[in-house]
Amino acid sequence: MIEIQNLTKRFESHTAVDGVSLNVGSGETLVLLGTSGCGKTTTLKMINRLIEPTSGSIRVANVDVRQQPGPELRRQIGYVIQDGGLFPHYTVAEAIATVPKLLGWEPSEIQKRTHELIDKLQLPKSVLNRYPSELSGGQRQRVGLARALAAKPPVVLMDEPFGALDPFTRRHVRRELFGLNELKETTVVLVTHDVSEALELADRIALMDKGRIVQIGPPAELVKQPANDFVRDFLDDKPRRLHD
Amino acid sequence: MTDFFTFIRDHADKLLEQTLTHIGLTFVSLLLALLIGVPLGILISRRTKLASSVLGVAGVLQTVPSVALLGFLIPLLGIGVGPALVALFLYALLPIIRNTYVGITEVSPFVKEAAKGVGMTDNQILTKVELPLALPVIFAGVRTATVINVGVATLAAYVAAGGLGEFIFSGIALSNVNMMLAGAIPAALLAVGFDFGLARLQRLSVKKLRIGALAFLILVPFLSAFYLLPGREDKLIAGFAHEFYGRADGYPGLQKTYGLQVRPRLIDQNLMYEAIHQGQVDIISGYSTDGRIKAFDLLVLADNRHAFPPYGAAPVVRQATLNRYPDFGPTLDKLAGKLTDSVMTALNYQADYKKEAPEAIAREFLKQAGLYKTPKPGERTETVVMGSKVFTEQYILAEIYRQLIEGQTPLRVVTKTGLGGTQICFDALRTGAIDFYPEYTGTGLLVILQPSASTLQHLPMQSDSVYQFVRQQFQEKYKLDWLKPLGFNNSYCLMMRREQAKQLGIQSIADLVKYLGEK
Repeated sequence: MIEIQNLTKRFESHTAVDGVSLNVGSGETLVLLGTSGCGKTTTLKMINRLIEPTSGSIRVANVDVRQQPGPELRRQIGYVIQDGGLFPHYTVAEAIATVPKLLGWEPSEIQKRTHELIDKLQLPKSVLNRYPSELSGGQRQRVGLARALAAKPPVVLMDEPFGALDPFTRRHVRRELFGLNELKETTVVLVTHDVSEALELADRIALMDKGRIVQIGPPAELVKQPANDFVRDFLDDKPRRLHD
Repeated sequence: MTDFFTFIRDHADKLLEQTLTHIGLTFVSLLLALLIGVPLGILISRRTKLASSVLGVAGVLQTVPSVALLGFLIPLLGIGVGPALVALFLYALLPIIRNTYVGITEVSPFVKEAAKGVGMTDNQILTKVELPLALPVIFAGVRTATVINVGVATLAAYVAAGGLGEFIFSGIALSNVNMMLAGAIPAALLAVGFDFGLARLQRLSVKKLRIGALAFLILVPFLSAFYLLPGREDKLIAGFAHEFYGRADGYPGLQKTYGLQVRPRLIDQNLMYEAIHQGQVDIISGYSTDGRIKAFDLLVLADNRHAFPPYGAAPVVRQATLNRYPDFGPTLDKLAGKLTDSVMTALNYQADYKKEAPEAIAREFLKQAGLYKTPKPGERTETVVMGSKVFTEQYILAEIYRQLIEGQTPLRVVTKTGLGGTQICFDALRTGAIDFYPEYTGTGLLVILQPSASTLQHLPMQSDSVYQFVRQQFQEKYKLDWLKPLGFNNSYCLMMRREQAKQLGIQSIADLVKYLGEK
């Protein structure tokens, strides 16, 4: 579904992404894992052209992303960011309708889809007319996801989607959301620095450091056959006693 | 306080007109500022390199004092609505540009990224996300601009653009507290009212604010239209000084004596002459010996029914001074009748427009009148002190007197020019700080003696009778003597451009009233 080749992004002072190549299969969930500043978010944002690459190519569904205008491309790709990235002046119903409206759907169709998503995400109907400030963190996150999924995009990009939630809610929400059939059929690229999140959600993990992929493979492979000490150290994040 | 309400009731029409004009001025300029300021604010939020220079220029404009700003605009735009609107527009600009800019740039970067991430174009991000979220801040700017404009719009009355400033400035010119308050209180209420209303609007929830903003945008042109409402125009446009408009012996006197009915524009008296010269008004009030009458070729309309009290000039002297120096009185009287209206106008013209020194003008005049003598050399031990008010005509008169007295007598003249207004001169004379000064009969009558209404009614408003009356009263009450009149009469008058008056066959105020009355 997504083919990335030799992707490089240089900023004035440093190289953020350095020759990254990877493929994401249809319906697969790929997690970009790494410390902050490792280039994972830059890689993600180049997929929907929020950032333009210095060199290399990205193809989504066999089309080079640079062949279509940015806004048009982004309407085909779901995008979820921390705390949902909701607009403070849009009600939940308006938020979910954002992309379908941009795509020119019929109002009745939008309404149908909105109710479908609300049901699937187990949000009460009463939230439809509320503003983000009137929702709980978990609810905001669900609405953010509903907005990304509304137009049934084949690909969804998530940038630290659960970063703003407390650990308990985070586990709860992500289990629930990733249990959705809707998401299972979708190709997902998710960025996180949380190892347990990556292990739990990923079909494959791409562990990044200093702009390069250190190891890519299914979670079990990274755990059992780490390519080097960095991978082993990074994944072994269980709390240890001092001087152990 | 009852006086105040009486005034309001008597002038309700005028007050309503002024209030509507005031609101109109405020909102026309606000509308212009919105049309220019909001796009400019958006532009500089996109090109932040421009931001500091645009905000800097708007900030400098904001700091120019309002009267000074009008001073810059009058040479460019003349008088009337033009300079008033431009000044108000410039003042409203900064808060609107700044708040648009701040409102947009302060939208959270997360929200902007999310908007881009879901596939909005730059224009959609602006109209669907940034502007709606910036709206409360932009509104705060509109509110500031409105309140500033309600205040500055009072100055529109300086340049004949109307508004509540007319009552305020007329009230100040006439020391009429009720009139001042009749302008000041509504102006203050407007400012407070608009501030309150817009503050309410600003606190509305997101959705209601959008509706409120829309309603406001529709309302602004409507409020602006108030400015156009008082549409009836006279055949000839009158521009009157604030003082003339309100003083009993000014416009109200004309209404009573001639039945003159015009809708005058009120204007600062120093701008009036420029305004008639440029054809922005056709009739102005003024003083009959002003040098500008000659400079701008104006015609003073004859006042055959004596609506304006005579302001004949004559020296007022302490009786004690006359007794001490027997030569003094006869010397001053040598000028009697020598300074006619046209002579005095010409002298004023030489000073104001030819920029000649009063000393040279006085010497030239005395030589032509055959009264000039070179002062005899030698010690002068005896001294008389002369006062004068602060305007051109009085400076020239003072110089004429000094040269006359020092040429004809062995007295030394000390001049105290610049004694301000009538009251200061008169007090100085009474206490003996000065020995004499040139005064006008009308001023002596109406400002100093202030006789009762019934006395005034029985006093014929003619040069002779008024002169005799003040002379006798001053002698009785203050032991001050009015010597013989100089000949000219610097009274209120109406004037028109000579050419236009000739064309319309108007020579007197009666002609004017007749002309205006014709359909």
